[in-house]
Amino acid sequence: MSTSNFTRRGVLKTGVVAGAGLALPTIFTASSAAAFTNEPTGSSVTLGFNVPQTGPYADEGLDELRAFELAVQHLNGEGDAGMMNTFSSKALKGNGILGKKVEFVTGDTQTKSDAARASAKSMIEKDKAVMISGGSSSGVAVAVQGLCQEAGVIFMAGLTHSNDTTGKDKKANGFRHFFNAYMSAAALAPVLQKLYGSERAAYHLTADYTWGWTQQASIQAATEALGWKTVNNVLTPLAQTDFSSYIAPVLNSGADVLVLNHYGGNMVNSLTNAVQFGLRDKQVNGKNFEIIVPLYSELMAKGAGANIKGIVGSQNWDWKLQDEGTKAFVKSFGEKYGFPPSQAAQTCYAQTILYADAVERAGSFNPCAVAEALEGFEFDGLGNGATTYRKEDHQCFKDVLVVRGAMTPESEFHLVEIVEVTPMAQVTYDPEHPMFAGGQLGACNPGA
Amino acid sequence: MFGLDRKDASLLIVVAALTLLAPFILNPFPEGSSLAQFNAGYPDLMQRFVIFGIFAIGFNILFGLTGYLSFGHAAFLGVGSYSAVWMFKLLSMNVIPAIILAVIVSGLFAVVIGYVSLRRSGIYFSILTLAFAQMSFALAYSVLTPITNGETGLQITLNDPRILGVSQTAQGGIPVTNIFGLEMRSTYQLDVGPWLFQFNAGYYLCAAIMLVAFYVAIRIFRSPFGLTLRAVKSNQQRLNYTGMNAKPYTLAAFVISGMYAGLAGGLMASMDPLAGAERMQWTASGEVVLMTILGGAGTLIGPILGAGFIKYFENIFSKINDNVLHGWFSFLPDGLENFIVGILHPFIGKGWHLTLGILFMLVVIFLPGGLVEGGQRIARWMKRGKASKSSQNTNPAE
Repeated sequence: MSTSNFTRRGVLKTGVVAGAGLALPTIFTASSAAAFTNEPTGSSVTLGFNVPQTGPYADEGLDELRAFELAVQHLNGEGDAGMMNTFSSKALKGNGILGKKVEFVTGDTQTKSDAARASAKSMIEKDKAVMISGGSSSGVAVAVQGLCQEAGVIFMAGLTHSNDTTGKDKKANGFRHFFNAYMSAAALAPVLQKLYGSERAAYHLTADYTWGWTQQASIQAATEALGWKTVNNVLTPLAQTDFSSYIAPVLNSGADVLVLNHYGGNMVNSLTNAVQFGLRDKQVNGKNFEIIVPLYSELMAKGAGANIKGIVGSQNWDWKLQDEGTKAFVKSFGEKYGFPPSQAAQTCYAQTILYADAVERAGSFNPCAVAEALEGFEFDGLGNGATTYRKEDHQCFKDVLVVRGAMTPESEFHLVEIVEVTPMAQVTYDPEHPMFAGGQLGACNPGA
Repeated sequence: MFGLDRKDASLLIVVAALTLLAPFILNPFPEGSSLAQFNAGYPDLMQRFVIFGIFAIGFNILFGLTGYLSFGHAAFLGVGSYSAVWMFKLLSMNVIPAIILAVIVSGLFAVVIGYVSLRRSGIYFSILTLAFAQMSFALAYSVLTPITNGETGLQITLNDPRILGVSQTAQGGIPVTNIFGLEMRSTYQLDVGPWLFQFNAGYYLCAAIMLVAFYVAIRIFRSPFGLTLRAVKSNQQRLNYTGMNAKPYTLAAFVISGMYAGLAGGLMASMDPLAGAERMQWTASGEVVLMTILGGAGTLIGPILGAGFIKYFENIFSKINDNVLHGWFSFLPDGLENFIVGILHPFIGKGWHLTLGILFMLVVIFLPGGLVEGGQRIARWMKRGKASKSSQNTNPAE
């Protein structure tokens, strides 16, 4: 048998047999013994940052990414450690998480649930991420949170403001630092009454997905409690860029307040359209026509330019706050990028630090241990004052800012002025509040 | 074999081998190496490859054979997904009934849309299908919110009334999709030295179904029915003059193709039980057109290649960020490194659409027959290199 007859089949067969032989000893040592999904075994741990880099929330997404990068630097002991210095928990030492160097992967959610799930899945299956964070849309956050629950990794929600994220769609593996629509409404109502009185007729334009629906419902409930009437509520598609056809009917509706339940690029466009139609110079029912944007951000104010002047809304955080945490964060963010961070950046930074701290305190990356460390956790020094992660729904409770577009901004970063800091007690609600009822956390899932 | 001639049988065998060995083929780079970024052998992406392969094969039965360009095929994909998820919510987490219902419902949907749209041909047909798909999208997005859960997408929850099976597992979690107990997400991991290969149950189910779908497509292509469809493409008027009514044939092709899309949608939902309205958007319909043209319309293997190509770009290139680039070029002096990263920046991460667009243009300009033509040219060139045989004339399948 000295003839060397290399048939394709022969080569393939030999190859397969050889491969199987090589693989055999390693099968038994394979990671099947892992206690939970993507248990980090090497000298590093991977986090997945899944943000919208395209679509209506792209600005927010890119700012979130900057904050994530900064947080990872600080966790690894590079830079000036930012809010880690002011954070009330001192478990983090600047040597990564549990001594493992923090690495990260990024993905584009495209502000679509499908794309976001695909991207998160690839982070979990390919890059072995042990935590997923990010998202600038509640629809996406709800979808990715569900995925993380099934896969057995922790989801630290980024910018998601819908009541449902920690309401009817809450999950044991998901945590939210950002505030929600109900809190916005609770904080805004007294200010609206003070500014505009209690005899108003409101017209709602609402982004047509979970966040828009819950925010509209929250604002409607809060303002109707003041004695306002709700004239109409019109749902607009998320991908809409021109809102003229939605604004025109407002003029003759008899409403004297327009509530824009829009965010990001949507809000910039709808507000610009509304101002172009001259709504703000109108008098209806003997009162000045007013526009309200319940959820606000510096990035949107920048996009909307002069149109934002005097318009009232609420924020989770603002870089002009004067506490130590905020100052430290604004300083390190500003030094790295040359401009102050947005609230999206702050919440993502805080979420990353909170996760790392919880792992450090739990002594394990196991999602169940981390969840236990986060539940009921009380902390301070991350820019929002004293904050609690409520055990019942994994929602953070803290002060809420009521803000207004600055009439005479002193620079391009001072477009928003703080009207009032609403204390935590005023925005706290029962976990079984009707707007949040119907969901269950379920049991924490460590995966594998 | 299986009633196929030698050439088709060997094509089927090659495709079967490629799909079965995909976990190896798609993971050529060791874990942890800087090229591991380009590995595509993880369950989710492999599933997407074959699922979109099915979608494109089905689309090709309509577009490649009859020449009718449907711009609304994503509607069937979406309908399939919604039916499958409802089946999970109401009946059982077993994927078989879900997939069957997905195919049936999308087939019915295709009969209705096809019956109306096929009264026109050419651009009017395309516009009609596009209109129907956008209508379905708008319905799913806002009007039918109770059925579709709007933009958020239809998901499985802890309190679904499941007739066969439990609403939640003993641990209090949501049950996972399975086929007679074998979970779709269960993955066997094989470590070979620094390599990691993942064998996923869901992937192999999809792969098996794709092979069946591919086989059926070959049979259709080679059947008298397929020949009639080709006749529709080359000259429908002449066909009419010979006394043949083309409408039942085109409608049948449309429905088959819609059922393929529904099958793909049902499989997508089986792998990941979520159905979103954006699956029906016109961009999704456009994507399958791109896949088919990129791979080679009217060829058997082309659509599968095109689907793989586009999904690879979407999932791999979109995840390369500046940090990764800096990692690759860190051996260069700082100034040069930043310069190169700056030049590449628009083409990676969120710029993957741009890269894909450029590649698509290049393919359409230089390889009008798609990737298949590229393969044929290479094969011809290699043959010429070996021995100057008489140039073998390859006919595109139309």
